Amino acid sequence: MSHKTMTTLAIAGAVAAAVSAHGTTAAQAQEKVKCYGVSLAGENDCAAGPGTTCAGTSTVDYQGNAWTLVPAGTCEEMDLPGDRMGSLEPLDRDLPEQG
Amino acid sequence: MSAQDAFAAALLDPARPAPAGLTDPAGRPAGARFDVYRNNVAASLTAALETGFPVLRRLLGAEFFAAMAGVFLRAHPPRGRLLMTYGTAMPGFLEAFPPVAHLPYLPDVAQLELARRQAYHAADAAPLDAGALAALPPDRLTAARLRLAPALRLVRSDWPVAAIWHANTTPGAPPPGTGAQDALVTRPGYDPEVAALGPGEGAFVAALMAGAHLGAAHEAGAATPGFDLTQALGRLLAGGAITGIEEESA
Repeated sequence: MSHKTMTTLAIAGAVAAAVSAHGTTAAQAQEKVKCYGVSLAGENDCAAGPGTTCAGTSTVDYQGNAWTLVPAGTCEEMDLPGDRMGSLEPLDRDLPEQG
Repeated sequence: MSAQDAFAAALLDPARPAPAGLTDPAGRPAGARFDVYRNNVAASLTAALETGFPVLRRLLGAEFFAAMAGVFLRAHPPRGRLLMTYGTAMPGFLEAFPPVAHLPYLPDVAQLELARRQAYHAADAAPLDAGALAALPPDRLTAARLRLAPALRLVRSDWPVAAIWHANTTPGAPPPGTGAQDALVTRPGYDPEVAALGPGEGAFVAALMAGAHLGAAHEAGAATPGFDLTQALGRLLAGGAITGIEEESA
């Protein structure tokens, strides 16, 4: 049997196995209740909707003087290869150019 | 500069004075009203970024994220009318933003969050009846192309991007491991799902997305030891990601 024929049969076998396994899970999935409109928490919960906020009425919010801040979230817990600093150190960089 | 240009420029630059000529109903200068409007533009765009990038926000902390959003929204104001699509420039912005240069995985996390959002808003597509796939004889199967759902997204990363995402969204999820990871976003029903792909699976899906026939895509995946075609196809079927079979007439 040629290599090509073997590959073709291997693909067909894998497809058959995947389809067969899918038949079982698909039947289970249909028991789920469909929830319209409550999807993806965080994207839908606009009580008044973006653009209608009264969150701030001062011009000093969100300005560059906030750059004494350093990231303070879960990134400090991430221990990834190449993450050279590991935990975070105070940053003494210049303010970024504002575009 | 026209009055309109001056208004727009002042809107995104708190250092500029309110545009000249704005008055309230009594004819008095309305600089304070402009300030409220200017601030609400920044606050609403910040809120849009917060809802669009919840994992970035968690990774960076709410205070840092809000401050960074203030820089982002001025560098990349919306180009379209739909806030639900706002923020596509975030991965590139993060790559070039010095205060997060020590967190090199952030751009890929942003890409994954964008992919989820795009999947959420993508057009519906009825999944293929899997039996149609199994019914094709082997040689026609190998030469066939799979039509894929508009919601399908692939994010290939040098970082464990799917594990980082899960660790920050799922209570009790394990801390991310190490190494490169490809993440697949499918939308089997109405909610996007994020899965970490197995060896070679990212290359397989990328080839399918590029229009390769199943045989060539299998070859792309099998170039990585440990590639499991059954698992890869099973994941696509379970995610409702295969919507049709295309065969070229011989």
